[in-house]
Amino acid sequence: MPRPGFVLDVDRSTPPMLFWRGEGFSLEKLPADRSRVVYPAEPLPGLDDVDGHIRNALLNPVDMEPLPALLSPDMKLTICFDDASLSLPKMRRPDIRQRIIEAVLDHAAAAGVDDIHIIAALGLHRRMHDYELRHVLGDRIFDAFHPRGMLYQHDAEDPDNLAVIGETDEGEVLEINERVADSDLVVYANVNQVAMDGGWKSITTGFASYRCLANHHTPTHLQETKSLMGHRDHSALHKSIWRLGKVLRDNGPKIFQVETTINNDAFPDTFGFLNKREWEWSAKDRALYVATEKSLKRLPNRAKRKIFHSIEAPYELTSVQAGFTPSVHEITLDNVYAQHLVPVEGQTDILTMGIPFICPYNPEGTMNPILVMCMGLGYMFNMYRNKPLVREGGVIIMTHPTYREFNPVHHPSYIDFFDEVLADTTDPVVMAEKYERKYAEDEWYRHLYRTGNAYHGVHPFYAWYWGAHGQQHAGRVIIVGGDAPTVRRLGFTPASTMNDAFEIASDVVGRAPTITHLHVPSVLVADVR
Amino acid sequence: MEIPKRYLRAGQRVAGRAESTVRRAAAPLRATGFPYRAPNVPKGVEVPEEPPTLGADYDTEWARTPIARAARGVITEGPLRLLIAGLARPEVTGLDRLADLVELDDPPPAIFAPNHHSHIDTGLMIRSIPMCWRRELVVAAAADYFFDAHWKAALSALSLNAIPIDREVTGRKSSDMFRDLVADGHSLLIYPEGGRSPDGWGQDFKGGAAYLSSRTGAPVVPVFIDGTGAIFGKGMKRPKPGRTKVVFGAPLWPSADENTRRYNARIEAAVTRLGDEALTDYWTAAKRAARGTSPKLTGPDYNGWRRQWELGEHRKLGAAGLRRRQKRRWPDLD
Repeated sequence: MPRPGFVLDVDRSTPPMLFWRGEGFSLEKLPADRSRVVYPAEPLPGLDDVDGHIRNALLNPVDMEPLPALLSPDMKLTICFDDASLSLPKMRRPDIRQRIIEAVLDHAAAAGVDDIHIIAALGLHRRMHDYELRHVLGDRIFDAFHPRGMLYQHDAEDPDNLAVIGETDEGEVLEINERVADSDLVVYANVNQVAMDGGWKSITTGFASYRCLANHHTPTHLQETKSLMGHRDHSALHKSIWRLGKVLRDNGPKIFQVETTINNDAFPDTFGFLNKREWEWSAKDRALYVATEKSLKRLPNRAKRKIFHSIEAPYELTSVQAGFTPSVHEITLDNVYAQHLVPVEGQTDILTMGIPFICPYNPEGTMNPILVMCMGLGYMFNMYRNKPLVREGGVIIMTHPTYREFNPVHHPSYIDFFDEVLADTTDPVVMAEKYERKYAEDEWYRHLYRTGNAYHGVHPFYAWYWGAHGQQHAGRVIIVGGDAPTVRRLGFTPASTMNDAFEIASDVVGRAPTITHLHVPSVLVADVR
Repeated sequence: MEIPKRYLRAGQRVAGRAESTVRRAAAPLRATGFPYRAPNVPKGVEVPEEPPTLGADYDTEWARTPIARAARGVITEGPLRLLIAGLARPEVTGLDRLADLVELDDPPPAIFAPNHHSHIDTGLMIRSIPMCWRRELVVAAAADYFFDAHWKAALSALSLNAIPIDREVTGRKSSDMFRDLVADGHSLLIYPEGGRSPDGWGQDFKGGAAYLSSRTGAPVVPVFIDGTGAIFGKGMKRPKPGRTKVVFGAPLWPSADENTRRYNARIEAAVTRLGDEALTDYWTAAKRAARGTSPKLTGPDYNGWRRQWELGEHRKLGAAGLRRRQKRRWPDLD
């Protein structure tokens, strides 16, 4: 039986804690008697017969007819799937989406459905490379559908392929992919790695236009999103998405939602120490850690990224459910929380966290400074339910090299955002008013998004807004080990060592603050009471 | 080129002398007789027949001893692998369908059931089957072909871990042996067609794989091999290097309410679908399988030249069609 997550109080005998530092690690000693470490739960056991469970979910859906009863020969069937931003790291083949879509296609073949489109729900993310599509969908689906133009990726800037479904009471326009809107049935294959994924968000963001996403991807919405991983009522973003979902339910196509949850088993045995608690590291784990850490230090960033992005996670499926979107999503949330939730008593003065090599916006790419902010303040800070782990006005300390490197293919507008926008302001509200429209409507960025593998021109703004709540909540943000000028450009304070960071933090939280370390990997959501 | 007669005559002389020398040397032995020679059987006495040690009765136990396994490991990972890579250039797909079994700490034994066109199918399969099964793989080989002489039997057992099996009927003795082998953790490679294709098209599946799976509970992994018939098909004197494709299917388990015949039909249908998938694509094959219109492995029902003609067209679609164009030979009109 896997052990649940727990909170460890640090004393003098506690070993140093593992911190991610981008494409590397470090071990940091936390002050005794006033520090605690939140550890995630061990991976839940995976389902034994994955294909059997998927078949069962399709044949016994929640609040909907079985899939075969929804299929007919002359219908328009659209199968949608999450893009490469899920899962992180990418799961080893065969991906769950491949298994689901193959099972759906078997039913479609039996029903004689010919008009099938398979579309990646990109939103404003970059187009996936062919090898990524192959990884997610498998060679069989790719070889059968891609050459015929029946497998492609959503384009949020294609005016000829967008359709307005309707408007919410608050004036939010729902504009999505036309093929999805016109389909007789839409089947969506989700990977719900964290609680914010899935539900109505799948289609209303994955297939939305920029105009539609701009409804809720605003600094005000994100500042009022407390948190992304917690109760929906606490998230302005999710409330808006759920309003759009109701419009989709009433005026849009019939949707057969398939949601899946995976366990916490994120790293293969070669990085076995990452999945263990420090005091349980064997001699082999310790040797492996030292060898990895030392050799990574000597490698150029490019080589390190290559190593880390080649990791394929041995994730296992813990649940699969299908049917009517809201009903399915409630079951999914229960299953996600069963893996992630860790009860924590009270808030803390300082929250420490190591920022890893990856976030949802750099699969196969560079973790540029904006993404460091997004990952730290947007994702990891938001890994709570009820209340943030750190008190309002407290200090967040992150460890990451924060090098000033960008991937010009994936993140062209991020480069200009860093040089132009961040040089002027780090305030999301100001930048939204002053610069967002210019970047969103830039023809060159639009061209790169539509034809290359670039994120949409507005994407760095959204990445920045993602951290707006954390930025507003924290009294100071310190990055340990980061490139000092780059860290300052982000509006944060650089520090060389963890002790320096604690010293700097004492200006804000006093000489003997309480410290909480969010231990990653793996993923956890702190249920703060 | 004709050999000059004087060389032939010289060769005959040498051979004649050698024969007479051997004869003279053996003369004392002939004179010595029993026990140095086999005894004569007295008249009226019937000598009981020795139990047969060849064919289906060949004992292959020795081929699973540690020394034999080590030797086989060297053979299969060395020369056999090189031979297959050079001759067949295989492309292996569909292994992701076995991921659930491969990822287990102790993958259960499986029965691999491919179609069969050539002797190189076995080498190709041994090279393609995932390592977790390869080490413990035994190959069901026709008793009347591979085990009809001691040297052939020993070679087959050592290099391929072959086990003799009757082509026509899977007898109780064979099935008991396979059940014991599966219980010991061995996986099995068996060709349900019973032998190589005589004309390039497939043959109807015999029930051996289904029967053994029902008896042992091991899953059957359907496999389609494409292209080996054109490389070294039945009747070819020497191999012609080319390309091949090996497509693994999802494992099949016997259902409680299914007899061996229906289970066998299911295995054949799975291999047929994989064959369609190898020559077209996954979606076309899925639709045809659902409609029951997958092209049969056994080829068209008509006979004669049209059948052979269609085989040529069929091969163009597959891996064999990717063969480098042969240099044309023009007739000598002088």
